[in-house]
Amino acid sequence: MPKKKMYDQGKVFAGLAIFVGLLIFPFLLNLGKAAPAPELKLSDKAKAAKECVESKAYMTAEHMQLLNEWRETVVRNAQRVYVNSSGKKFEMSLSNTCLDCHSEKAEFCDKCHNYAAVTPYCWDCHVDPKETM
Amino acid sequence: MEESSRRTFLKLAGFSALGLGAKPVLDAFASSGGEQSKPMVMKGADALKAKRWALVIDTRKFESEKDLEPMIEVCHKIHNVPKLANKRHEIKWIWTEEFKHIFSTQTHAFLNDRVKHLPFLTLCNHCEKPACVRACPTKATFKREDGIVLMDFHRCIGCRFCMAACPYGSRSFNFRDPRPFIKETNLKFPTRMKGVVEKCNFCAERLAVGKVPACVEVSKGALAFGDLEDSKSKVRELLSSNFTIRRKPALGAGPSVFYIV
Repeated sequence: MPKKKMYDQGKVFAGLAIFVGLLIFPFLLNLGKAAPAPELKLSDKAKAAKECVESKAYMTAEHMQLLNEWRETVVRNAQRVYVNSSGKKFEMSLSNTCLDCHSEKAEFCDKCHNYAAVTPYCWDCHVDPKETM
Repeated sequence: MEESSRRTFLKLAGFSALGLGAKPVLDAFASSGGEQSKPMVMKGADALKAKRWALVIDTRKFESEKDLEPMIEVCHKIHNVPKLANKRHEIKWIWTEEFKHIFSTQTHAFLNDRVKHLPFLTLCNHCEKPACVRACPTKATFKREDGIVLMDFHRCIGCRFCMAACPYGSRSFNFRDPRPFIKETNLKFPTRMKGVVEKCNFCAERLAVGKVPACVEVSKGALAFGDLEDSKSKVRELLSSNFTIRRKPALGAGPSVFYIV
């Protein structure tokens, strides 16, 4: 079988090169310029307490699930006390327990949420004492 | 030779299956002895418990609007209820109404003067068979084990079916963002957002820490709160020694708020 000829070879390859160039242009432009992960500032009270409701790794990864379970048990089952894995008791309350320790919402919650571009609607109703006063 | 090899193969496979089956059991035994236990949830030690909470309002102890104000004020203050001037946007958990309005089926033209002009306190009736709960499409409104008809604001989509269903007008809708209209925010209690319905919660957050509802606390004995199923409770005592009425009894909703007139 005779070899088939490719027409307009130059144009095709030039076009391809331009296309690939445009495609990776934004990636090249921002290479190495990624915003660093935010440094969370713990309030003095949180630092002094040393540990959160659960381990730090668990809280970082799963705090949203934990809060979801909390709101369910508090509102629906009228159970308001959480006993953690090491037997310590906490009142399940975003404003009164979490924010009591993490009193700097802007430096703690917001910083990370802004970085990750998530907008939890907790604060539409739940009160941050600092912002309200 | 062939037979015996199949026999050994089956034996081996059988033991392996047994081993695999036993692993989860062994794991469970191994972990149960550990220091770490699973987190759990429970009610507070002081929480007040009942089979069916009820309120008895002794209207004989009231004379004018002024006697009822403290109860309304304390409720609206601790629950961050906004004060909106526009009547159509008004939010209320507990308010006053004339006899002819709240007892519209029991009124007549020849009421005595005291009852005719007396303001009556009214709030969510925490019905035995709440129409709002049946109407809610998201189960945002539900009836708790202790009889309280509660709202889960997280789930409310603002459809207002519950408002149409409630025969007592106990529910208000947030047509506007309520926050600018709250004079002093109680930081211990959340506010609501635009687009949700709200109503009296029988102070569920206070019952959880062993306190009676705020309106009862400031009523100087005119309001009694207790368990309707407990024959020795304060409310049962009052109900058995006084003639009481409820709002719109013919509807069969079974209100848990009783009035001594």
